[in-house]
Amino acid sequence: MDPIFIWWIGEAAPDRALLDHAALHLGRAFGRPVREWSSPERPRHAYDPKRKQHLSGAILKWLLEAGPGAGKVLGVTDRDLFIPILTYVFGEGQLGGGAAVVSIARLLEDVELIGPQLLLERLAKEAVHEVGHAFGLLHCATPVCVMARSSGVRNVDEKKPELCSECRRRLEELQTGGPR
Amino acid sequence: MSNERTRILVVDDEEIVRESLGGWLEKDGYSVHVAVDGFAALEKLKAERWSILIVDLKMPGMDGLQVLEEAKKLQPELAVVIMTAYATVDTAVAAMKLGAYDYLVKPFDPEELSLMMQKIVSQQTLVRENAVLRQALKREYRFRDLLSKSPAMQAVFELARTAARSNSTILVLGESGSGKEVLARAIHQESPRAEGPFVAVSCAALTESLLESELFGHEKGAFTGAIARRKGKFEAAHGGTLFLDEVGDIGSKLQLDLLRVLEERRFHRIGGNESVDVDVRIIAATNRDLKRAVGEGKFREDLFYRLNVIPILIPPLRDRREDIPLLVESFVERLSVEMKKRLDGVSSEAMSALMAHDWPGNVRELRNILERGAVVCTGPVIQLPDLGLPGKPDAAPRPGTLASLEEVERRHVSAVLAHTGGNVSQSARILGIDRVTLYNKMRKWGLRRDGEDEPPRDDNGAR
Repeated sequence: MDPIFIWWIGEAAPDRALLDHAALHLGRAFGRPVREWSSPERPRHAYDPKRKQHLSGAILKWLLEAGPGAGKVLGVTDRDLFIPILTYVFGEGQLGGGAAVVSIARLLEDVELIGPQLLLERLAKEAVHEVGHAFGLLHCATPVCVMARSSGVRNVDEKKPELCSECRRRLEELQTGGPR
Repeated sequence: MSNERTRILVVDDEEIVRESLGGWLEKDGYSVHVAVDGFAALEKLKAERWSILIVDLKMPGMDGLQVLEEAKKLQPELAVVIMTAYATVDTAVAAMKLGAYDYLVKPFDPEELSLMMQKIVSQQTLVRENAVLRQALKREYRFRDLLSKSPAMQAVFELARTAARSNSTILVLGESGSGKEVLARAIHQESPRAEGPFVAVSCAALTESLLESELFGHEKGAFTGAIARRKGKFEAAHGGTLFLDEVGDIGSKLQLDLLRVLEERRFHRIGGNESVDVDVRIIAATNRDLKRAVGEGKFREDLFYRLNVIPILIPPLRDRREDIPLLVESFVERLSVEMKKRLDGVSSEAMSALMAHDWPGNVRELRNILERGAVVCTGPVIQLPDLGLPGKPDAAPRPGTLASLEEVERRHVSAVLAHTGGNVSQSARILGIDRVTLYNKMRKWGLRRDGEDEPPRDDNGAR
């Protein structure tokens, strides 16, 4: 069974607790082994000086080229991400593809006030969400499902870190080649 | 709510925008397609139906506003969202004036995009559901091509449906333009004879000798000009229904001939000896008081009873004003299709005038007036002046129906209440009085919010 690779691609030093917590939830959600991938390379070419943000689409392409080349690879960064038409994104996943990226930049809101556990939960949810897209899952209409669209950090907090029964069923179909 | 049936067309000359927006919306489950410029977008709009068009304002060749304008011509119900990095009030206003749903300033907040798409989908779902409901409502109020929600007309439909199943002769009574022939056709279509012919003859339009030839046909040489045998309407209607309109206008000789056919179901062509058997169902119609004509010796009593087996009286339009909005909507829809012209309805002032009019020409007059309005109007909404209604909304009462000023006022208030669906505030605005005054009038005349009369109370106030 192909693993899910988790790769810290941020500028600051990696936070072990953060990555372990995300890995734990990824393993639970997708029933796959989760391994850490490590490399000093960083997707600096994805930086847009005008917007002072990183282009998430460019990072996805880079992850596929520079990453392990098997399974799914999730890049985790502390840089702010965007896609050209949106002011920011929490992350992006290639729909049915091999790569996903998630940023903690916008997940830090109120963390100092409430505590570091809040960031652990938020990152785990967004990691599962973006990797879910890489497995072919679309946004879910169930607000508490991890695959529900998050337009703001409040929506992230409202979600559970797991797939709803409908998304689990859909994931199974996608993995066994059922109806698409 | 499923997004699968929502088809979004994204138009932008920048590949990265098309890709990122398309990908983002696809994850929401929308069916997303892209076009590289306005020309490609219009080709796609000509070829297929779309729910939402997201178009960039600034594009080479054809800008977003031009695409919007052309797109609305092709698919008026399309929700168009303009994307702009050059947000000015001017372009936003211009876009909204041209019928854009909204605009987005690039880059936009994920929340903004998500909410806007959800709002459009919800609104389009509501519009669809509303259309389905309205169709269902129309079916409920419909008897073939007749449309009414008035209790009196519902009773007419009920009787007509029952009568349609039998083979009995029907006499449709009603003023000119009230829909007697339409009802006759509906009865025929609902009857076991529906597969057979429906033949209509206007008895008032012809002289007695011509009408006789029209009804019974003639043999060759029966009279000057009869160069060949010609079958009449009775034969033409064999196996079906013969509709005799304005039957009260036929002369005494023909009344007798008609009576014989009704009794024997056979007749002779003019100038012929051979009797012709026919199987026809007769539906006759008149706007005259046939009983009075019988009393005055102008109409044969035996024929009257032969025709009056199942009498159906269509009430005049002025006695069922609650049908006017329904009929207006139906006629406007039909005229829009016939004239290939966008017509959304009539203005509230026009509707008030239509509700207040006396309709001596009944439904036919209403249709003609709306047709005039549809031809004359310059926008999608028919305005009061377009209708060319007589200056005074209350036409002069007809002889025998002279009413007091208070009665006319009561009727008008009742009609307005019925038109607004019992909305007192809206009714007061239309009537140009305040709500309290309207409530007082309603109380005084015992009018309910729907414009109907209050049922009488007994002494202790119980209903």
